[in-house]
Amino acid sequence: MPQNLFKIHEKEYVLPGTRACQGCGLSIAYRFALKALREDTIVTLPACCLCVLHGLYPLTPVLVPSVNNTFASTAASASGIAAGLAALNRTDTTVVAFAGDGGTFDMGLQALSGAAERGTDFIYVAYDNEGYMNTGTQRSSATPMGALTTTTPVLTKQQHKKDFLKIMEAHQIAYIATTTPAYPIDLYDKFVRAKRIKGTRFIHIHTPCPPGWQYPTKDTVRIGRLAVDTGLCVLFEVENGKFRFTGRSRTLAEKGNKLPVVHYVERQGRFKKMSIEQLSQLQNWVDDRWEEYKKKAAESK
Amino acid sequence: MTDARIITGNQAAALAARLCDVQVIAAYPITPQSQLAEMLSLYVESGQLRAEYVRVEGEHSAMTVCIGASTVGARVFTATSSNGLLYMHEQLHWAAGSRLPIVMCCVNRGVGAPWSIFNDQQDSLAQRDTGWIQMYCRDNQEILDTIIQAYRIAETVYAPVMVCYDGFVLSHTMMPVVSPTPAAVRKFLPPYKPHTILDSNNPMTINSVLLPNRRPDAEGVLCDGYMEMRYKLQNALNRSPETIREVNRQYAEAFGRDHGGMLWTHRTEDAEVILTSMGSLAAEATVAADALREEGIKAGVVGIRVFRPFPEKKEVVAAYRNAKAIILFEKSVSYGYEGGLCSDLKAAFYGSGINAAIHDHVAGLGGRDVKARELVEAVKSSLARIAEGERELNTTWLNCHTE
Repeated sequence: MPQNLFKIHEKEYVLPGTRACQGCGLSIAYRFALKALREDTIVTLPACCLCVLHGLYPLTPVLVPSVNNTFASTAASASGIAAGLAALNRTDTTVVAFAGDGGTFDMGLQALSGAAERGTDFIYVAYDNEGYMNTGTQRSSATPMGALTTTTPVLTKQQHKKDFLKIMEAHQIAYIATTTPAYPIDLYDKFVRAKRIKGTRFIHIHTPCPPGWQYPTKDTVRIGRLAVDTGLCVLFEVENGKFRFTGRSRTLAEKGNKLPVVHYVERQGRFKKMSIEQLSQLQNWVDDRWEEYKKKAAESK
Repeated sequence: MTDARIITGNQAAALAARLCDVQVIAAYPITPQSQLAEMLSLYVESGQLRAEYVRVEGEHSAMTVCIGASTVGARVFTATSSNGLLYMHEQLHWAAGSRLPIVMCCVNRGVGAPWSIFNDQQDSLAQRDTGWIQMYCRDNQEILDTIIQAYRIAETVYAPVMVCYDGFVLSHTMMPVVSPTPAAVRKFLPPYKPHTILDSNNPMTINSVLLPNRRPDAEGVLCDGYMEMRYKLQNALNRSPETIREVNRQYAEAFGRDHGGMLWTHRTEDAEVILTSMGSLAAEATVAADALREEGIKAGVVGIRVFRPFPEKKEVVAAYRNAKAIILFEKSVSYGYEGGLCSDLKAAFYGSGINAAIHDHVAGLGGRDVKARELVEAVKSSLARIAEGERELNTTWLNCHTE
């Protein structure tokens, strides 16, 4: 667990005036991520909530050079920027791709898999708000079972969330981490660590979204923390194949006091049509993964 | 001493990319482009070319890598064919909209369905409206020379250039090609200067969302809206013929080879019938025109070298002004209408006083061979029908069972 807040870089790279929604989890995550990455960073982003946050031409509140790209191409864009910088001997610049779950789990998967397999020297960040929130809360493969979306408006999402971290682990990349804006120091530390590592680094940010998940805007941190407490979001790092829990998840793993998922589910309007059967399936899914992670942690010791 | 080699079109293209000191290459293999991607890999891995080679997982990413690398200031190169080019389509728009001087070879091939690996030009013609400059080559020497010119043009007007050459007909056929010296090419082609530098000291977001109207920046200065940016791209392409002609002229001066600026002509001075095409088929048309002249028919050829931007009206009208009949041969079709070149040419004639009969032939789709004598027969058949008063016809499909 990080010791204090004072080590966090003072400079703000996201000034007031973003076009993000009130209570946006991404805004918190992006603010702390950029503080950790600092200067000599180039961000590439697809059409997504972050593109909205960056504002409308000719104004932007973001003080980091950034490039927009098309939806399926974020990791390839990063590959191109990294190759261009390498060709020009500008290797002190960190290339960071920032995409949502739709642009990562769904449409961006091919480009990301290619870039990871090539060992491209960049950080890929998937901020996962569990749906196509920018276009109005449609279902993605990252949407959890039982959630209402505008394309699962009656029956709710029938399938579990895609276990994307396993896909990234299978690529045997330099660094994988999960984090949440609900624990910004955990997030900050992971970006600092990622910046120091060479090769492909992947950071998954579980990102609460008030309009998409239907909870009051003041509860973003509370919902984010409940996701960790219930094991829906597990905080960990995998470096050189070694898995370790971090922060609150480490405490939960040590003390065994993980909360039932209902504590998380009941606070969000998106789960209001969830059946008891789905709730139990979601609980089983969380428990199975939790056991897998504990096993990995034990094996990595 | 002249460095002359007997090489394929793909080898000529690879050699040209090397001579241009490209810094980043991203390519995905597809027939008939593959040999080009392989040659460049060999150059890079054997140290003959100092470049980053990104072996991407698909053509969409190939163009994306070029966009990313070009944005930060590297000279980039890629090549593809057919469905690979179609798969890039979204990124072609993005490259042009970003005003990046990317040079790409399109090794022309028919598109599926059904599958064909053989040559026609449907792939590049289908990319007409992406904002790319499109240049068509007649032979392997022209491929090499056009790629070198393409970088000069692209980096002058800040628009991407597609250098198109026919699959197998040129890509896999060996011809003598004279290679300029690297020093001479470096003199002709100065280093690439990006229009924007991504720098922490001057942070900006490139290609962010625009509203329909112009908007003021922080100092109150009105900045472009989406339409103004589109207009600038259109304006850049509209004005590029001047650059294309000038680059061609300077190239001829430096290297002794002139391939025409926007278009080229063959025996058109007194020609009453003019054959028109693009790429290797246009070269074949010159053989046909010579044969027609031997039979007493005053034939000539106008080859369209640059399809986008389309040659300016003045130049087009001058090239065709004495023609009584114009016979087109196209390796593509706009389904439901006619060949795209035919439509553009007719549009260029509008109001010009040129009132020649125009017959359009679709030829050689999916690699069907087109011989010079078949062109001769097609022209004679067209002339006979024109003599009977059929000045306009539905597009004829050459050497195709249409019953």
